[in-house]
Amino acid sequence: MSSLDGAGDDIGQAIRLTLALASLTTVILLLLGTPLAWWLSRSRRWWKEMIATALAMPLVLPPTVLGFYLLLALGPQGPGGALASLWGARTLAFSFPGLVIGSVLYSAPFVVQPIRNAFDAIGERPLEVAATLRASPWRAFWTVAAPLARAGFLTGAILGFAHTVGEFGVVLMIGGNIPGKTKVLSVAIFDYVETSQWGAAHLLAGGMVVFSFCVILATTLIEKRMGRA
Amino acid sequence: MKLAQILVVGLIAVVSPLRAEVAHVAVAANVTDPAKEIAAAFKAKTGHEAVLSFGSSGQFYAQIKQSAPFDVFLSADAARPQALAEEGFAVPESRFAYAIGKLVLWSRTLDVSDGEAILRAQNFAKLAIANPAAAPYGAAALELLQALGLEQALRPKIVQGATIAQTFQFVNTDNAELGFVALSQLAGVAEGSRWLPPQRLYGEIRQDAVLLKVGASNAAARAFLDYLKGPEARRVLEKSGYVLP
Repeated sequence: MSSLDGAGDDIGQAIRLTLALASLTTVILLLLGTPLAWWLSRSRRWWKEMIATALAMPLVLPPTVLGFYLLLALGPQGPGGALASLWGARTLAFSFPGLVIGSVLYSAPFVVQPIRNAFDAIGERPLEVAATLRASPWRAFWTVAAPLARAGFLTGAILGFAHTVGEFGVVLMIGGNIPGKTKVLSVAIFDYVETSQWGAAHLLAGGMVVFSFCVILATTLIEKRMGRA
Repeated sequence: MKLAQILVVGLIAVVSPLRAEVAHVAVAANVTDPAKEIAAAFKAKTGHEAVLSFGSSGQFYAQIKQSAPFDVFLSADAARPQALAEEGFAVPESRFAYAIGKLVLWSRTLDVSDGEAILRAQNFAKLAIANPAAAPYGAAALELLQALGLEQALRPKIVQGATIAQTFQFVNTDNAELGFVALSQLAGVAEGSRWLPPQRLYGEIRQDAVLLKVGASNAAARAFLDYLKGPEARRVLEKSGYVLP
């Protein structure tokens, strides 16, 4: 029961799906997370830390909590069901868009936090200087703040991508294990172990070990090289 | 000092008439509710405790082969306990069928009382089954779809639960309109509609229990298996929708 026969296609499909999910999640989080991180860094509103806290909660909550609420929220009685009905579906659970929503929530702190830290580290001074040189806030952001925060963006992107690749509990609860749609790497590994296909499990699990090592090493090196620039 | 010791020994002797032990039991998810009821009655009668873990039969099979600390395995099939016995992880002569499971098509929103027609009409978005590779009820559901010649057509609509319990929950939350679950899971459920497919459409789900090597010298484990064969446990299983072997 441990041969790789027929598992090759399955594995390729799971890898492609995982990469697609992680890439899309990272792009969405960079687009949404950058203005959010900027606001968290600059705003003086007293309740901004409430937002920051809510955003960071997936760090502490068991994935099953998120999975449980998502299953209800994505379902026919929840907002996800209403959204899905726009294109004639009943639920966002068991679908790729559903996984993207789950991943964006689950990986948000890993992207927003490093970017916010980078914005915090810039301080007021460089932007004040830009303002005295008559740069508009928009221009100052793109020509001063964003380049200075580049290490934060890179770290956020890498961690967001990697954390989405490593996601398991949420996907297991809302995915439905559909090959090519929701059967991502971590779920495929679980499946192979459950069904005693250890050859395939070894291949994927070993690959993930190498992948995680590279990711953590890369973030460390980036922080070292660019963080002090 | 002496008096305290006597008191302690006396107290233990009074509280536990026979030396109570603990058995760890791996229970296939479809038996969850009856197993809880049986374990409670077992404790009341014998003083032994059965600590239950729930999962798919495939998951437990893989874990037991890695020396998981389970004393007893209540599988949802006969093949895995037999394989464990052949591979030296279970006590071969302890294996027996404790129940025969029934597959049921269940929905909260659709009228599935004529299940075959509903399946043929394909007028639904998601059909939930348990993972056929790990859960015998999932394998039976797939067999049934093959017998109806619908497997290819329905494949894009199939979502899989990791266990039959998750499959039930997919249908219970209405994320899937209908799904194949175990009849035992619907024992206390009045909602929705159901279809009991004829047995000729899928192979008999013979569920075997077996004493594992880990629990071979555990008195509670042996007692639990004996209790499972007895009239009280059989009554609970029958009430839950199982056919008794």
